[in-house]
This record gives sequence, structure tokens and C-alpha cells, in this order.
Amino acid sequence: MRALYENLLQIQWQQVVMWMIGGVLIYLAIKKEMEPSLLLPIGFGAILVNLPLSGAVTQVYNGVEEVGIVDILFKAGIANELFPLLLFIGIGAMIDFGPLLSNPKLMLFGAAAQFGIFFTFSVAALFGFQINDAASIAIIGAADGPTSIFVANYLHSKYLGAILVAAYSYMALVPIVQPPVIRMVTTKKERLIRMPYRPKEISKTTKILFPIIITMVAGFVSPRSVALIGFLMFGNLIRECFVLDSLSETAQKVLANLVTLLLGITIATKMQAKYFLTPQTLLIMCLGLVAFVFDTIGGVMFAKFLNLFLKEKINPMIGAAGISAFPMSARVIHKMGLKEDNQNFLLMHSIGVNVSGQISSVIAGGLILSLLA
Amino acid sequence: MNFDAFLKTLPIMGKGMLGIFIVTCVIILIMVLLNKGTNKK
Repeated sequence: MRALYENLLQIQWQQVVMWMIGGVLIYLAIKKEMEPSLLLPIGFGAILVNLPLSGAVTQVYNGVEEVGIVDILFKAGIANELFPLLLFIGIGAMIDFGPLLSNPKLMLFGAAAQFGIFFTFSVAALFGFQINDAASIAIIGAADGPTSIFVANYLHSKYLGAILVAAYSYMALVPIVQPPVIRMVTTKKERLIRMPYRPKEISKTTKILFPIIITMVAGFVSPRSVALIGFLMFGNLIRECFVLDSLSETAQKVLANLVTLLLGITIATKMQAKYFLTPQTLLIMCLGLVAFVFDTIGGVMFAKFLNLFLKEKINPMIGAAGISAFPMSARVIHKMGLKEDNQNFLLMHSIGVNVSGQISSVIAGGLILSLLA
Repeated sequence: MNFDAFLKTLPIMGKGMLGIFIVTCVIILIMVLLNKGTNKK
């Protein structure tokens, strides 16, 4: 009889807090539909691994270590960066670089919108984080989960759980975080700037050569992170070659879904109360917000700067889509444009900036790894 | 607060932003060349 309730006596208040956090994540996923494919597994995993003496994670029973399945998954899929890379094949297969290829200068906004990453890197160091942890925290600003996992894991950051929760939470919160920041740094007149879309026909050859050449460029600049951009571009090549339609579809749907499913629950190993409930977690959540805000400001301010020299002005709001968070950020900008002027269609421009942000955030992650080497 | 660490990261921040713009310009150049090259055909 005692065996039935003995484990209940092992409950610690920290575990109860983690159940509540898990519950909040599940609530946000189901009720608010915020990144449900990730927040739900992460939330459930947070409860699973914080049950007293949970066998889902490694425990010592009677002096004998028993390895938990979540730890096995972590070693097999995240410690060696396998899951984020596989996920990138799926993401690459989902992305159409057409809008960017028809207006290459949009790529500049993707670069400018990585300012938040580097700014947060310095701020995190100011707050006393070690250099590897500061860089890992800063990468939250990539607004790109796989890149965050890749960099934080590569740099052996001990805050992987908090970084991931922050990254995915803020990605889900893009529609709430970005609009007030954009309004703060733009005038009504700037938000009303119309940008006619003049699509150019992009040849199939260009679409096929683009992922191959970008992989080579990234490999020359940052060989350490070439796998990251390489897998993204491999997914895109599968999409654009038009002879592997079934593979492309599998990568976009089955592969991406399967990896996402395992990724969420596996991250939970870093959400054990002993790792997660620290003052640093709260600070990381704040720094993640700083990264998102300054990414947005970086993109918008760069557009405003360019407008000083351009005859045909750019709506500076599109700069904010360089944050990555594909395709949510582009939709947010489009909706903001329509709200100001119901005839101002910014979608194709912001999609172009958004996909450039996807490439730039990966390059930023690679540069951070190279600069810290 | 670790002001020394903050100062040490500033050059990395500068190099990072510079690096990303250089790589971006190279990519833009590639895109322009690709578009021009394949349009001719």
C-alpha cells in the first residue's frame, strides 16, 4: 500500500511550478494556437520530466543508473544537432525564394534585422553570462528554433531549455511583439508608403542554382555552420528541381512534422526544475524579448536610412520582416500595411524580406560560431 | 554587471554585423548575376 503513495512524498515545490509552466504552455498551444506543434510537446514534456523520480529522464534507483528515454532522444537527436538539421530540410522545402530573387536588394533588410542578435550578445555579457551562453541567448533573436538549438548546443550552453522556450514563445508572439515596436519607430506617413509589386520572371535554372551557390558561399564564409544552411538549401533544391515532388512533399509535411514532434518532447529534458527554475531563466526570457525588439528596430531603421537616398521610397515596416519567423512576420507586416491603408499590399515585399531573414539568421548563427572559435 | 565582458563583446558585435552585410552583398551580387545570366538564355 505504501508503494502507491510513497512517490507523492517525493514531490518538490519546484516540480509543481514546472507542472504549472507546462500547463501554461499547453494552454497557449491549444487555446491561443501559439506555435502549438512545439509548445504542446514542450509543455507536456515539462510535466513528464518533472514527476518525482520520473523514469522518462535518467534516474538513479537503488544506486543503479537507469537512462530515461527523453535523455536517449536528446543524445540521439539534439546533442549531435541531428533534429534541427533534419527540420531544416523540411523548412527549406517550404520556402519559395522567388520574391527575394525577383528583388535581391530585399536581402539587405534580412541582414539589418540581425542587429538584435549581436546587440543582445553584448547585453547578455553585460549581465554576467559567460561568452558561450551570451551568444546562445542572443541567437534567440534569430527567431528560428533550429538555429537556436544548433548554436546553443554547439556552444554547450547550459541554458538550452530556457533558450528554446524563449525562442519558440517569442516566435509565437511576433504578432504581439512587433506591431507596437514598429509603430514606435515609424511615422504614420512612413507606414502609408505604397510599394507597387513588379514581379520578375525567375528562371528555373536560377531557382536551382541559387541553393547550391548559397551553400557554397556559406561554406566558404563559415564552414562550421555549413550543415545548417546546407540542409536548408538542400530542402529548397528538392522543392525547386521539380523532379522530386514526392520527396519535397514528404520533407514539407511528414519529415517536418515528425522531427517537430520529437524535438518538442526531447527539449523537455532541459526543463527539469533543477536546470530551469533559476533566476537566469527569467533573465533569458527578458533578453530574448530584447533580441526580438532590436531585430525589429534594426530592420525598420535600415529601411528608413535607405529612404534618405532613394527616389522611390520603401515602406520601412517591411524591414521588420527580416527578423525571420517565417512566414508569420511577413503576414504581420502585410496586415499592418492594410490597417493603415486598405489598398497597400505589402505581402510580396515582406515575404521577400522574410525569406532573406531566414537565410541571414542562419548566416548570423554561423558567424557567431566562427567569431567565437 | 560585467562591464569588461560587455566591452570585450563590442568588437565581436561590430565584426558580426560587418560580416553579415558583406556576405549579404555577395549573395545579392550572385542573385543579380544569376538573374542576368539565365534571362539571356
